Amino acid sequence: MPALPLDEAGKYVAGAYVVFLALILVYVAIIGAKIARIDRELTELASEDDE
Amino acid sequence: MIAAARAILRKDLLIELRTKESVPAMTLFALTVYVLFHFGLDRDSLDGELAAGVLWVTLLLAAVIGVSRLFAAEREQGGIEGLLLAPVDRTALFVAKAVGLFAMLVVVEVVAVPTFGLLLLGPGLGGALPELLAVFLLGNLGIAAVGALVAALAAETRARELIVPILLLPLLVPVLISCAQATEPLFRQEQGPEDLARWLGLLSLYDVVFVLLSVAVFDYLLED
Amino acid sequence: MYSKGLAPLAAAAVVTLTAALALVFFYAPLDADQGFVQKIFYVHVPMAIVSLCGFVAGGVFAIRHLRSGDASWDLRSYVAIHLAIIFGVGVLATGSIWARASWGHWWVWDEPVLVSFLVVFLLYCVYYPLRFSIEDPERQARYSSVFAIAAGAFVPLNFVAVRMAQAYTHPRVLSQTGGDLPGEMRLTFLVALLGMALLFATLWKLELTAKHAAMQLKRLKRRLAEREAVAA
Repeated sequence: MPALPLDEAGKYVAGAYVVFLALILVYVAIIGAKIARIDRELTELASEDDE
Repeated sequence: MIAAARAILRKDLLIELRTKESVPAMTLFALTVYVLFHFGLDRDSLDGELAAGVLWVTLLLAAVIGVSRLFAAEREQGGIEGLLLAPVDRTALFVAKAVGLFAMLVVVEVVAVPTFGLLLLGPGLGGALPELLAVFLLGNLGIAAVGALVAALAAETRARELIVPILLLPLLVPVLISCAQATEPLFRQEQGPEDLARWLGLLSLYDVVFVLLSVAVFDYLLED
Repeated sequence: MYSKGLAPLAAAAVVTLTAALALVFFYAPLDADQGFVQKIFYVHVPMAIVSLCGFVAGGVFAIRHLRSGDASWDLRSYVAIHLAIIFGVGVLATGSIWARASWGHWWVWDEPVLVSFLVVFLLYCVYYPLRFSIEDPERQARYSSVFAIAAGAFVPLNFVAVRMAQAYTHPRVLSQTGGDLPGEMRLTFLVALLGMALLFATLWKLELTAKHAAMQLKRLKRRLAEREAVAA
């Protein structure tokens, strides 16, 4: 199959890199949420312990 | 270890002979699937790659049934605890189960393969019998080793019947590839070139890897 | 404990990936046959290689877990496999996009790496149901390690088998995944591969740290609850 013209090919290439980026960002967001939850529970625990 | 393995194997074979649960079901299943393929593909006879593929996929699916039932006897009669309490080498257990599975596969194939030849195969089966036997030998060995491992892995999980198929079948893809590719030239109308050696080589490598691996790792399963 | 070296590792990953991106779009020449679409290769293939190595690493950690009985190795194994599966989703997605752009179909059976990857991916998807259907945590870890070892050994065998099969039906269409790349492409590819590997290592450490912190927290909570129960 002959190579796609640049503008059409560009969309596919961009799509591939966007998928890659999206995966990383979603993953980091999930880990971030997990860390936030840990932090929240630690604060709760610390305040309970103070009482 | 050999004595223990033989004892467990004897017990399993006796149970199977008495209850006739797994092997008839596996055989019937294979035959039914051949009929399904006839209707699904809308073909009266197959040859070459299609024949090899249908034969081996069906055998693999039948093997899944056998693997699911491999530790059934122990589970149902609470025999697993008994086996584990006794100072039995886990390797013996693995050998017994693998050999048992091998034997079951052979019995199923003795019935199913000629029937396949009768029902669906265009060219005759007769021609390349020794080569066919080599493929079946090495292929069954791989299925038996991996099957016993998967059966043990899934033995303790709640979702046993669901896990075995999705775990076993991907692991058997190299076996499927090798066996289908090896038998395909034997099923062609005009006997084509055969690269049997390389596929048998791959099968042997697979068998060696998984037999050694399963033996090494079996001690960590079913341990309590 | 796990977060040692996380910051420099992350920095290295960012720097390398940025450099790779720059190289891909400003340095590497345009491929004669495939044109601009070939640029996908620089993200798809490194992800595939890193993912497969992740699976094998998971198997190696699992071996250490079984031999030492130390649960921290099981954690390392789990996170490696978990990350490799996520990277695997990326591999299949970018591979599909590449197939669509190159051959017009959203999937092709020609590429042995992609096809064998599909099988490996299907296999490792079973890791989760297997793991989480075993309740006892010690047994869960042990059985997961056995799986990781068997699956890890399976990866190279499967690749060889698929490769051999493809040689018959589909002669190698893509010579790019092999070694014969022109110099500039090769450099770009290697930098991309390094960046991907550093990324994997960074995310691996990151998740290990988070998981470990969560476990410590749980332990702390339990201890405090016990202390309160005793005091009451």
